[in-house]
Amino acid sequence: MFRFIPNTDDDKKKMLKAIGKSSIDELFFDIPEEIKTKSDMKIPGPLSEIDIKRHFHDLGNRNMIFRICFRGAGAYRRYIPSIVNHVISRSEFYTSYTPYQAEVSQGILQVIFEYQTMMCELTGMEVSNASLYDGATAGAEAVFMAVDLTGKNRVLLCRTLNPQTRSVIKTYSNFSTARNIRIEEIPYRNGRTDLDVLENKMNEEVACVLVQYPNFFGILEEVIEIEKIVHKHGSFLIVSADPISLGLLRSPGELGADIVIGEGQSLGTPLSFGGPYLGFITTKEKYVRRLPGRIVGETVDRDGNRGFILTLQAREQHIRRGNSASNICSNHQLNAVAATVYLTVMGKRGISEVAEQCLQKAHYAFEEILKVAGMKPGFSAPFFNEFVIKSDIDPDKINEFLLKNDILGGYDLSRDFTELDKHLLYCVTELNTRREIEMLTEALGALK
Amino acid sequence: MDLIFEKSRADRCGYQLPELDVPSRNPDDFIPADYLRRDAPDLPEISEIDAVRHFTSLSKRNFGVESGTYPLGSCTMKYNPKINEDVARIESFENLHPLQPEMTVQGALELMYIMELLLCEITGMDNVCLHPAAGAHGELLGLMLIKGWHNQKKDYERNTILVPDSAHGTNLASAAMLGYRVVEVKSNDRGLVDMNDFTEKANEHIAGFMLTNPNTLGMFEENIIQISEQTHRLGGLLYYDGANLNGIMGIVRPGDMGFDIVHLNLHKTFSTPHGSGGPGSGPIGVKANLAPYLPIPIIIKTDAGYSFDYDRPLSVGQIRSFYGNFSVIIKAYSYIISMGAKGLRSVCENAVLNANYLMNMLKKNFFVPYDRTCKHEFVISAIKQKMKGVSALDIAKRMLDFGLHPPTMYFPLIVKEAMMFEPTETESKENLDKLAEVMADINKEVCENPDIVRNAPHTTVVGRLDDVRAARFPKLRYLKDERILPV
Repeated sequence: MFRFIPNTDDDKKKMLKAIGKSSIDELFFDIPEEIKTKSDMKIPGPLSEIDIKRHFHDLGNRNMIFRICFRGAGAYRRYIPSIVNHVISRSEFYTSYTPYQAEVSQGILQVIFEYQTMMCELTGMEVSNASLYDGATAGAEAVFMAVDLTGKNRVLLCRTLNPQTRSVIKTYSNFSTARNIRIEEIPYRNGRTDLDVLENKMNEEVACVLVQYPNFFGILEEVIEIEKIVHKHGSFLIVSADPISLGLLRSPGELGADIVIGEGQSLGTPLSFGGPYLGFITTKEKYVRRLPGRIVGETVDRDGNRGFILTLQAREQHIRRGNSASNICSNHQLNAVAATVYLTVMGKRGISEVAEQCLQKAHYAFEEILKVAGMKPGFSAPFFNEFVIKSDIDPDKINEFLLKNDILGGYDLSRDFTELDKHLLYCVTELNTRREIEMLTEALGALK
Repeated sequence: MDLIFEKSRADRCGYQLPELDVPSRNPDDFIPADYLRRDAPDLPEISEIDAVRHFTSLSKRNFGVESGTYPLGSCTMKYNPKINEDVARIESFENLHPLQPEMTVQGALELMYIMELLLCEITGMDNVCLHPAAGAHGELLGLMLIKGWHNQKKDYERNTILVPDSAHGTNLASAAMLGYRVVEVKSNDRGLVDMNDFTEKANEHIAGFMLTNPNTLGMFEENIIQISEQTHRLGGLLYYDGANLNGIMGIVRPGDMGFDIVHLNLHKTFSTPHGSGGPGSGPIGVKANLAPYLPIPIIIKTDAGYSFDYDRPLSVGQIRSFYGNFSVIIKAYSYIISMGAKGLRSVCENAVLNANYLMNMLKKNFFVPYDRTCKHEFVISAIKQKMKGVSALDIAKRMLDFGLHPPTMYFPLIVKEAMMFEPTETESKENLDKLAEVMADINKEVCENPDIVRNAPHTTVVGRLDDVRAARFPKLRYLKDERILPV
C-alpha cells in the first residue's frame, strides 16, 4: 500500500466489478503490447518520510551556506518577515489551481488584485498582470510586446542589463522568426549606458530600448535623458527595475517608461538556488490588451456585491489558442502572494526604510573597502546597493580567501564582461551588519 | 471583504528592522535629487495581526485540494504531500545562492543530476533539462529544439506544426510564438487522431507533431506507432505534451512510443502544488540526437564532482534565469522516491481505475461522447441537460454548493457542453461515490427545479460574477477615488 493512494484491494475489486473488468491490466488493453514497459523502472523507493528527510539532509550537507553574503548580481539574500511563509503555507492558497471558478477563488483573486495595485504603485504604472516566471523572461515578453505594438523590429539592449536577461531575450528573439527581431547592444561608459551611442543608434525602426535601473553594476542609469532620446523616435522605453530600490528611487513610470519589468525575488522569495522567482510586468492602460498572462479585475455579482475575476481573457492561450498574446498560463502566482504579503507588512514606511538601509550600508561598505590597500572603485557613478571594486588580485583568490572566513564575496564580472577582468560586484542588503562589513574589509586587508 | 488598502491607517506598521548601524547620511549625497522619490509609495499601513487576519480570511475564501474533491481535467489535482514542502525548505537549499562557487553547491547539483536521471527513466528519454518554469515554457523550449534541429540541417522550409483539434491551447500558442503555422488534425468518431486527415495534412513541410497521449478526451492514441513512423518518415519530430502522463506512467513510456521530445508538468504528475497558478516546473526530455541543442547550462559529472557546462555550440541558448525552479524540483524528487517504481505504476493504475469508475457512474445521467475505457480522465457532455435549459456552466456552479470543485469546463473544444473530469489516484472510492451522487442529484434538479441550478451557486461568498462588465470596464487595481478605468 502507498500512503498517498487510498484505494484498498477490496475497493479495487468492487470498482473493477462495477465497470465490468476483471483486472487492472484490462484498463490498458488499448496500449500496444510491443511498447509496454516490461519490467519495473529503475527508481529508488518507496521510501519512508524518515529516509527521505535523511536523504535530503545528506544532499543539503554537501552545500555550503555562507554565514555572511555580499553577493547579489540578480539574486538577493534579504529579510523575509515570518508572516510571509505562514501565509503562503495556507493550503487553500498553495494547493489550489488557477482561479477559473471565481466564486470559490475570491481569496486568491483578491490577493492578485492587491498585488497588481501594489506593483502599479511601486513602478508608477497603470496596469499589472498576475506575474511571470522571472525577470529574464519578463524582459523577453516585454520586448515582444513592444515589437508587436510598434510594428518595428530593432531592439536595443543596454549592455548594463543583467546578462541573463539579455541572453534570454536573445534566445526568445532568435526563435521568434516571424517578428524578425534585430538586437543590438548599447555599450556603457564609466558603468552607465553611453548616451551618445544610444542617440546614434536610434532611428524610426527601433521598437524599444531596454535599460535596467539601477543597472547590473548597481549604478543609476540616466533614465531621464534616455527617456527623451527614446521617445523622440517614437520607440518604447522598457525599464527593468529592482523593486526594493523603488522604495527610494523615483518610479520608472514617473520617468516615462512604457513598460516596466523586473525580478521580484527580493519581495519575500528565498534564494532557493535560482528559482522559482517572480517576474513582474506593468504597463500603461492603453497597452493592456497586449499584456501577457493572467489579469484580475473587479466586478459585481447579481446582488451587486464586489467580487474579483480573471478578465480580458481574450488575450490568453486557453481562449485564443494560436492567436494569444503569449503562451504563458502557469506563472509564479505563489511568489506573487509572497510579494503581496511582504509589501503589506513592510508597507509604506518599511519599503522606504529597507531601501534606505541598503543605500547607507552599501555606501559605508564601499568606502570601507576602498580604505583597503589595492582596492579601487570600478566606476565612479551613483549607485544603489551594489558596486564594483577592482584590484590587482585575482578574483578567485579573493573569493577563496573570503570563503575560508565564511564570507560569500563579490561576483566576478569577467564571467559576463570580458573587459572587466579583476572586477568584483559586491552587494550589501539590510541583512549585512556593520560587523560583517568590518569582517569583509579585515579579510580583504589580510589578503596577500 | 475589504481590500488591504481599505484597512490601512496612517502610522500603523507591521515590520521592524534593526537600527541602522552605520553612519547615516542624506540620501541625496549618494543619489541625484532628480532620481529620489518625493513621496513614499502608497503601500498599506497595517499591523502584523491585522495583516495575518486579512490573509487568513482570504485563504478561507479559496478552495484548494485540501478543501475537497478537485477533479479538474488535464490538471491532475492530486494531493500535495507535506513532506515535499518540508524538504524543499531545508536551510541548505533555501538559502543557497545560485551564483555560489560550484564546489559549494555540490549537493544541489547532485540533486538535479539525479532528478534528470529519474525523469529519463520514467519517460524513456536520453537526456532531461530541468530549466523550464512551466509546461508552456517546456513547450516553447521543445519547439526551439525542433527549430534548432531543422535549422542545423539547413532544412528551413519546415514551417508547420501539427496538433490534434483536441489539443491544449498552449500547444498552438507556443508554436505561434515561434512563428510556426499551426495545422489542426481532426479527431475521428472514436476521439483519436483521424489517420486519413493526418496523412493528408502531414507533408514535407511539417517541423513536428505535438500530441498528448492519452489525449485530452482521456483516450489512448492507439495508432501511436504508425503516427510516429509516418511523422519521422516525413522528417518531422514527435513532441509529447506531458500534461496527461499520469494516465500511462509506469505502463508505457513516451520514449518507447517514438516521441523525440517530452515535456513534463511536475505540478501535475509529480504532486508539487499548483500554488493558485504556479510556480510549476516543466522539464523536458529528449532523445540523444537533440541533446546538443538543450539550453545552457547543463550539469555534468566529472571525477572532480558536478559542474555546469556552458560551452555548448549548438545550444538554443538560455531560456530563463539560472537553472530551473529548484524548490519545485526538490518536491517532485521527494515524491518520486516516496513512491518508487511500483508506487508510480500504482499511481497510474489507480488514477485510471478511479476515472473509469467515476465515468461509469456519471454515464447514468450524462451523455458520454466517447464511451469506452478511458485513461486518467474522461469527458462528459451536458447536452441532454442543455436541452432542458441548463448549461454545463450552470451544473459546474451548482457543484460548488455541494463543496465540490467543478471539472475543466468547455474543453476540449470538440465536445459540446464539455465537462472534463480527472479524479486522480488520491481520491477514495467514497469520495467518488459522493461526487457521483451529487451529480445525480443535480441532474434531478435539472428536471424538477432547473432554476436552482441556473441560479447557482447559492452558498459561496459571492454569487455568479459579471464577467462581461469586468471585461468591458476593466478595473484592474484599487484607486482611492474608485474611478473606473476607461480602456
